[in-house]
Amino acid sequence: MFTKLGLRFAALAYLALLLIVPVGIIGAHTFSGGLGPVWDSLTVPDAVKALELTLEIAIIVVPLNTVFGITMAILMVRRELPGKALLSALIDLPFAVSPVIVGFTLILVYGQQGWFGSFFVDRGYQIIFSTPGMVLATMFVSLPFVAREVIPVLREIGTEQEQAAATLGARSHQTFRRVTLPAIRWGIVYGVVLTTARSIGEYGAVAVVSGNVIGQTQTLTLRVSQEYQNFDHTAAYTAALELAVIALVTLFLMNLFHPRKDR
Amino acid sequence: MAITVRNVNKRFGDFVALDDVSLEVPPGSLTGLLGPSGSGKSTLLRVIAGLETADEGDVFIGGHEATLLPPQRREIGFVFQHYAAFKHMTVARNVAFGLEIRKRPKDEVKGRVAELLHLVQLDGLGDRYPSQLSGGQRQRMALARALAVEPEVLLLDEPFGALDARVRSELRAWLRRLHDEMQVTTVFVTHDQEEAMEVADTIVLMDCGRIVQEGRPQELYDHPGSEFVMRFMGQVNRIGDAYVRPHDVEIRLQPNGTTQAAVVERVLHMGHHIRVDVSVNGGAPVSAQLTRDEAERLGLEPGRPVFVRPSRARTFAGTPS
Repeated sequence: MFTKLGLRFAALAYLALLLIVPVGIIGAHTFSGGLGPVWDSLTVPDAVKALELTLEIAIIVVPLNTVFGITMAILMVRRELPGKALLSALIDLPFAVSPVIVGFTLILVYGQQGWFGSFFVDRGYQIIFSTPGMVLATMFVSLPFVAREVIPVLREIGTEQEQAAATLGARSHQTFRRVTLPAIRWGIVYGVVLTTARSIGEYGAVAVVSGNVIGQTQTLTLRVSQEYQNFDHTAAYTAALELAVIALVTLFLMNLFHPRKDR
Repeated sequence: MAITVRNVNKRFGDFVALDDVSLEVPPGSLTGLLGPSGSGKSTLLRVIAGLETADEGDVFIGGHEATLLPPQRREIGFVFQHYAAFKHMTVARNVAFGLEIRKRPKDEVKGRVAELLHLVQLDGLGDRYPSQLSGGQRQRMALARALAVEPEVLLLDEPFGALDARVRSELRAWLRRLHDEMQVTTVFVTHDQEEAMEVADTIVLMDCGRIVQEGRPQELYDHPGSEFVMRFMGQVNRIGDAYVRPHDVEIRLQPNGTTQAAVVERVLHMGHHIRVDVSVNGGAPVSAQLTRDEAERLGLEPGRPVFVRPSRARTFAGTPS
């Protein structure tokens, strides 16, 4: 009985120390000057733009990386591929490379003096110091999450259910939709949560390629850092709280996909 | 529907899973593919189902060439050893799967599912999830799912292998009855000769990727074509060059000219029969199977000298002595 309570207390204390207290402090600090300043720093055009940009990047990146991650996972687990080990290492590359290097590499490739830079600039597209570059950087750093979550689940469910579906007449797209997808659903959900978190939270790579132009290429994360350095703590805390709320909403939405009691 | 397999070869890397296998399964029959593990029996079944493709050779189902058809188009039902239940679907949805794929009207699907659940004695369990069923129930659900699409042939891969002995014997009898009612051509894989003898009309015995012998269970048991078949189909003793089943070992208290001297080593009560282990000429142990009355009449106990004689024995040419 006591060990049970003790364990529970230890777990809660740990959570409190790492999560609840810091987030609580952000909340407390944000509202320390009352609601007025918070509302103001929430609604200044630069803040609105930062929120929009953050969401825009996430809305582009998360679906793309989800589709890519699922496809990669199926290729890795279900198909015979030459060079599988290499592919697996490549998927993990973003985990290994520092985000700042990622940003720098993108500038080398797509920047004005980069390999493809003039190609795009000549046609009127600016990649670096604008949204496309930030999307690319975010895509790169959040690439592995879905694949890494889905691969072990695919391995674990095995191929028998898919073979059974085939013998029952299901074509491969029907098998995927009716059998495979529901079975790996929970892996995808975790992957999406992690991808979203990384997308809205990425600092290094985005900082390098964005140029951090206030009101144009500044995301919420960049804004937190900027306003903190400017000693506008209310603005910094407000932006931080916005990020926390986006994260919580994502978690809540993903929980709607919680598996039924089917195991 | 008849199944014809012609000169099929299948390799996995260096391992020869099927070595020039040809097989005729007559329509409406219940055939058991029997053999030790690694003998190729499951591979043969999966080649028939289209879950594996043969390296060489042809497969015909109902007279139609099926060698290159994907499993979706072979009109088969397949039952897996570990059920392959769709875990995220209810029992009813599992059974309905093939019908929903075929876009049958909802009412028809509902009626058919109820019918099938009744057939496999799972009435009222349609709303459960597979995890809430016992192993035997799950396998019956898998069978209902396979039967739902009215397959031309029913293929079962070690269907009772993961179940405990009592459930297994219930399901064997039940599969036999079901087959007699439905008359769908059925092929099942097993490594258990008793299961094959109990369920199948025809046994196809395989070893090392080849078919060793096929025929009615009694034929294989009474007229084995080789030592392997003799050994695989039941317990066997070796006395000199002769192979003798335990129930064909006669034990006497007096010699009669054709008997050999032996000593009783153990007497085991197996329930419906008595097993007596004797050593012949101080060597080779021989098992004999006696009825309880016989054993009592002879008054057998360890250490007692007796005389044994095979009442029926077989020898195989070319077997090393």
